[in-house]
Amino acid sequence: MEMSKLFSWRKKKIKNKNKSVADLKPGEKAVITHFEDEIMSLKLLEMGCVPGSEIQLKYVAPLGDPICILIAGYNLTLRLDEASTILIQ
Amino acid sequence: MKNIPVIALVGNPNSGKSTLFNQLTGLKQKTGNFPGVTVDKRTGTLKLNDFNVEIMDLPGTYSLYPKSLDEKIVIDILANPADDYHPDLVVVVADASNLKRNLLLFTEIKDLGLPVILAVNMVDVAKQHGLSINFLQLSKEVNTPVVSINARNGDGISLLKFQINKFFLEKQVESNDSGFFVKTSDSHGELIKNIKEQFNLQNDYLAWQYAQQGDKFYFLSTLQKNILSALIQKSGFQSNALQAGETVARYMLIGGIIGKIQRFIKPESEIKDNLTQQIDKILLHRVWGYVAFMVVLFLIFQSIFSFAQIPMDLIDSGVANLSDFLKSVLPNSPLVNLLTDGIIAGIGGVVVFIPQIAILFAFISVLEESGYMSRVMFIMDKLMRKFGLNGKSVVPLISGVACAVPAIMATRSIDNFKERLITIFVTPLMSCSARIPVYTILIALVVPEKSIWGLFNLQGLVLMALYLIGFIAAIFSAWILKILLKTKEKSYFIMELPTYKMPKWKNVGYTIVEKVRAFVFEAGKVIVAVSIVLWVLASYGPADEMKRAEENAISQSKQLKLSDIELENQIASKKLEVSYAGHFGKFIEPGIKPLGYDWKIGIALITSFAAREVFVGTVSTIYSLGQSNEASDTLKHRMKAEINPETGMRMYTPALAFSLLIFYAFAMQCFSTLATVYRETKKLKYSIIQFFYMTGLAYVSAFIVYQLMK
Repeated sequence: MEMSKLFSWRKKKIKNKNKSVADLKPGEKAVITHFEDEIMSLKLLEMGCVPGSEIQLKYVAPLGDPICILIAGYNLTLRLDEASTILIQ
Repeated sequence: MKNIPVIALVGNPNSGKSTLFNQLTGLKQKTGNFPGVTVDKRTGTLKLNDFNVEIMDLPGTYSLYPKSLDEKIVIDILANPADDYHPDLVVVVADASNLKRNLLLFTEIKDLGLPVILAVNMVDVAKQHGLSINFLQLSKEVNTPVVSINARNGDGISLLKFQINKFFLEKQVESNDSGFFVKTSDSHGELIKNIKEQFNLQNDYLAWQYAQQGDKFYFLSTLQKNILSALIQKSGFQSNALQAGETVARYMLIGGIIGKIQRFIKPESEIKDNLTQQIDKILLHRVWGYVAFMVVLFLIFQSIFSFAQIPMDLIDSGVANLSDFLKSVLPNSPLVNLLTDGIIAGIGGVVVFIPQIAILFAFISVLEESGYMSRVMFIMDKLMRKFGLNGKSVVPLISGVACAVPAIMATRSIDNFKERLITIFVTPLMSCSARIPVYTILIALVVPEKSIWGLFNLQGLVLMALYLIGFIAAIFSAWILKILLKTKEKSYFIMELPTYKMPKWKNVGYTIVEKVRAFVFEAGKVIVAVSIVLWVLASYGPADEMKRAEENAISQSKQLKLSDIELENQIASKKLEVSYAGHFGKFIEPGIKPLGYDWKIGIALITSFAAREVFVGTVSTIYSLGQSNEASDTLKHRMKAEINPETGMRMYTPALAFSLLIFYAFAMQCFSTLATVYRETKKLKYSIIQFFYMTGLAYVSAFIVYQLMK
């Protein structure tokens, strides 16, 4: 009983922890926590996606990918697999 | 080495850097390549009160850590004081409406110890967003002269010139270590010290850049790189993690500065801000977005074909008249023939495409300037990616409709090598303007001129189908390549989506001039050279055979009582038959017979290597019509009358014509393109593979078409 409770709590936490920009819906806002891909993070950091900054999903391309986010006051496009490396809260 | 001081313009893409460059240099600008790399180099002279300086426009970049070939040139030049283009002063252009991201690059360059002036552009846009900037405070915070400019209307340019002038008069060389924005040397002081000693560097951040990316600096020898990597390995330098840390530290610092110098007031007009959003609702819509793109494409093609026709006809007849005029005033000699039929015809073959290329790049430039092209890339990326391409491949593919040479040069913005290579590889399959004359004459020959449902012209539909076939072949080939090519390199689509702007017509004009210049000098010189070689091959042959051919023609014409002009054409035709080109045509005849071609068409296939449209001229000569000034109607009748000696029926059956059309749609018959591919990829193997792939595809497809329709 205790164990399973803990397990489900952990699962929930992990799931929550893994939420990324790719999971956002248009108009939704979030805060960047960290990155999953080191190489990708170098480029994203330079573009202003610094942990702690607010991000908003603006558009999704007609075919569902890529997406456009509002970061640091401007619109940035990125593909879903790139967006999924940006973890959010 | 350097006669006059060099000023480099550096800034983010879309920061208005090129507009500023045009403002500063006006028409006094040159384009070329940086030595050893195929990155466009734009330089120009700026006249100041006391002296002249050279302004150099460096490729737009977000940081000193390059992500594409274009961007790499920035660090290569800034990190090497011995480089011919190493600037005496850097003007960093920053977009005021996005100061935070723009200052990242600024702090990096400043930390390199280079003298910097910060030009803050687009203050008006920032104002619309409700941002107000205290420039005096900014200048103090970053310890750098700051100038507020508006590159579009020229505000503040004179102040910028004044600051540049002042810099060179005072030559206040700042001490190198006067406070870095980010003290990168803190973490690996020992390594930085060693690199500074080893490479005799003064600046800590420069040594840090050596540690970060010295292995890619073009100016370091292999030996130096080995020494460097030994030093780095010994110190346990974690390149990626440290780079990430550096960027975060810079943004923290910039955030602090911004907080002091930028105030948010009520936006001047929220309407303008919303305008971009309103337009995007349509242009990024799942249906209307694509409809809009199709309409834009349709408009472009319509304009290319209709507007370009008049200047093209003028050029065509001008060249023919010039050549006739020279022939009439100069004595008849091989040298004069070389001049008129070889050189002038070759140059004419280049110049005639300028109108179409100019119109196409006018459109592309307007679309890029307005911000729409980024939207097209955005909505097309997923589709393109399915075929191994990138959203950014759209521009090269569209440009390919005018000419593959500037189109292939436009692939440089694709940072992933595999996607760029695939784009380069398939772009020549798009039907370029040189194919149009061939398409036109062959379609006129076999497709009746009638309309379908009273709406569409049948000939026009066939022409459209050919363009579509070229596009399908390009996409399909890309898909095959995607499967064949393996790469570990990551592909990015991390790109700024700029707000819509009114295009700046001056910039559009400069782009047109630049692209036309690239075409004339890159493609043109090859076309002219190949034209001359082919002229020699088509004018000379084994001496005795040539003589016999002429005599033969004369005796024949006496029997037929031909006029002088007809006789001349007859001689030219017979001579071409026994020339080296003719021999070659006969040599390849067995090979092209399955496609329905005879040796006469074989000659035309060979001469097409200068440029495809030479087909028409060659066929005219073969069918003894003389080279120039012949209405295509005459050629059409002559081709219609041509009898196939084997069947006794007409030669140009629909089967043959369509087989030829398909062949010309796919075959790699352009020496300039092969040369450009080699220059851009720096590997001969890609040109060779491309040649055999396209020609092979053309051969097989033409074979199938001919055998099915026969």
